[in-house]
Amino acid sequence: MFFSKKLILQFFSTIFITLVFFILLNNLIINLFRTDMMFDLGWLNQPSGFALSENSLPYNPTNSYLWTLLVGLSNSLKVIFFGLILSTIIGVIAGASRFSSNKLIRILSSYYVIVIRQIPLLLQLLFWYFVAFLNLSNTPLSILGNILTISNQGVRLLGIDISVEFSALLIGLTIFTGASIAEVVRGGINSVSIGQWEAFRSLGIKDSLGMKRIVIPQALPAILPGLTSQYLNLAKNSTLAIAVGYPDIYAISDTTITQTGRAIEGFTILLIIFLILNLIISFAMEVLNKIILSKVYKY
Amino acid sequence: METIITASKLSKSYSLGVKALNEVDLSVFSGEVVVLMGPSGSGKSTLIRTFNGLENIDTGELEVLGVRLGSFATEKNILRVRKKVGMVFQQFNLFPHLSILENVTLAQIKVQKVNKEKAEAKAMNLLKKMGIVEQANKYPNQLSGGQQQRVAIVRALALEPTLMLFDEPTSALDPERIKEVLDAMRDLAKQGMTMVVVTHEIGFAREVADRVVFMDKGKIIEESDPKSFFTAAKEERSRKFLNQMMQ
Ligand SMILES: Nc1ncnc2c1ncn2[C@@H]1O[C@H](COP(=O)(O)OP(=O)(O)OP(=O)(O)O)[C@@H](O)[C@H]1O
Ligand SMILES: [Mg+2]
Repeated sequence: MFFSKKLILQFFSTIFITLVFFILLNNLIINLFRTDMMFDLGWLNQPSGFALSENSLPYNPTNSYLWTLLVGLSNSLKVIFFGLILSTIIGVIAGASRFSSNKLIRILSSYYVIVIRQIPLLLQLLFWYFVAFLNLSNTPLSILGNILTISNQGVRLLGIDISVEFSALLIGLTIFTGASIAEVVRGGINSVSIGQWEAFRSLGIKDSLGMKRIVIPQALPAILPGLTSQYLNLAKNSTLAIAVGYPDIYAISDTTITQTGRAIEGFTILLIIFLILNLIISFAMEVLNKIILSKVYKY
Repeated sequence: METIITASKLSKSYSLGVKALNEVDLSVFSGEVVVLMGPSGSGKSTLIRTFNGLENIDTGELEVLGVRLGSFATEKNILRVRKKVGMVFQQFNLFPHLSILENVTLAQIKVQKVNKEKAEAKAMNLLKKMGIVEQANKYPNQLSGGQQQRVAIVRALALEPTLMLFDEPTSALDPERIKEVLDAMRDLAKQGMTMVVVTHEIGFAREVADRVVFMDKGKIIEESDPKSFFTAAKEERSRKFLNQMMQ
């Protein structure tokens, strides 16, 4: 069977939630009708009239609200996409480092996880934005020759300009999610029996190679479900962008709602977008899970 | 005769303060088969695992194949020893996500840097000698315990070890599967392999061992040739242990 129980459950709960949602919506519409403010999406075609500090799609203030929201969505997708990749890399490295033969590496990775998970994400984002980035000097600081330069104006990586807001949000999300992924990875590695370590060590295989070829492949089935929920968290947490002034879908919806007074329509759009986004992530992970399981357990 | 293992005054305690090894002295010579016996918790596994650096020691001197192991052993020395010492475990410990062939070729390719064709040819040859060549493309859980243990032996032999360590290789097997593994070990001994074997199989020890080493509470109590050990053990504790075994 291609669709697992989990997916079927997800499907029906989505339908259920949508149903409840529409009942509530119906109530609202009746109320709105009384106050003469019908549920209406016509305003989406009107020009938004506000400027965006950055845009992943072409944009100017004469564009419609619909387009403005799409630009916001693309900004969100950009930070989520890079966040998923970077937090996975950091999480796997930090999680595997808990098993390093080097004591210093073990201690550093455990401190990273412990410290980062104790501090609220919002505080961390504000830290990266106001303390780390905005405190930098005006004159660019070059790292690795001219590959990477950093100043309080932004980051320039291989000639590509990256805003301070995007950088702070991406770093904050990545480091925060990376710590949780590290714990997921550690749990997965712990689920592999010590006998597997002894077997590859007895064959003269180094820990680093054994980790890659023997331990991680067997840990994956235990890692993937936890990884999925961390990915979903990252997508949801990206809405904290508003705290550092990055124009993500939530920040732009917020401005839109303030300008148009269309709170119900605005939030409806937001809810649907995040529902779809997270369903896509869940579905993609489910498929990945199937592929990996069939690769790891060919028997 | 060439010395393969020289251990003097090996001691080790685990964190709980149990003396798993208490000043153990032991030498193993080339071509010898040494059987380790003793009650549960006497330190047999701990001792045999120090010989390939799976377990480190607190004090004492240990030299395996001319390489110094022990408390100050470097990572490099441990790896050098492991490349020349094969080990077979009670629970087989095959890699479940790799085919039998991949189990046997992985270390050849990654550690010895042998090319894939050569490694596979060697693996097939060894599997054939072991009578399990038709299992080459299966996965470990498709094999019986006895077959899995023979694969584990082949996996170790593929690296052409100078010394083979066995820690209760038949204890997890159904009675009817024990013989096929013991037969493989017997053949290996006949070919002159140096072996240290932890086992409760008295028949095997009698027939194959050059020496039986009896341990209790982290100490070596008695070392004898198998005939005298099984018929006229010198120590009271050995006799008591043998009596319990016979029942
Ligand atoms: N990882 C460990 N942590 C703490 N104590 C241990 C550990 N491994 C072994 N021990 C203790 O060290 C002593 C020797 O154990 P060892 O496994 O070497 O005995 P053994 O002779 O192999 O026993 P068995 O016949 O049951 O396999 C025992 O008291 C045991 O409880
Ligand atoms: Mg044991």
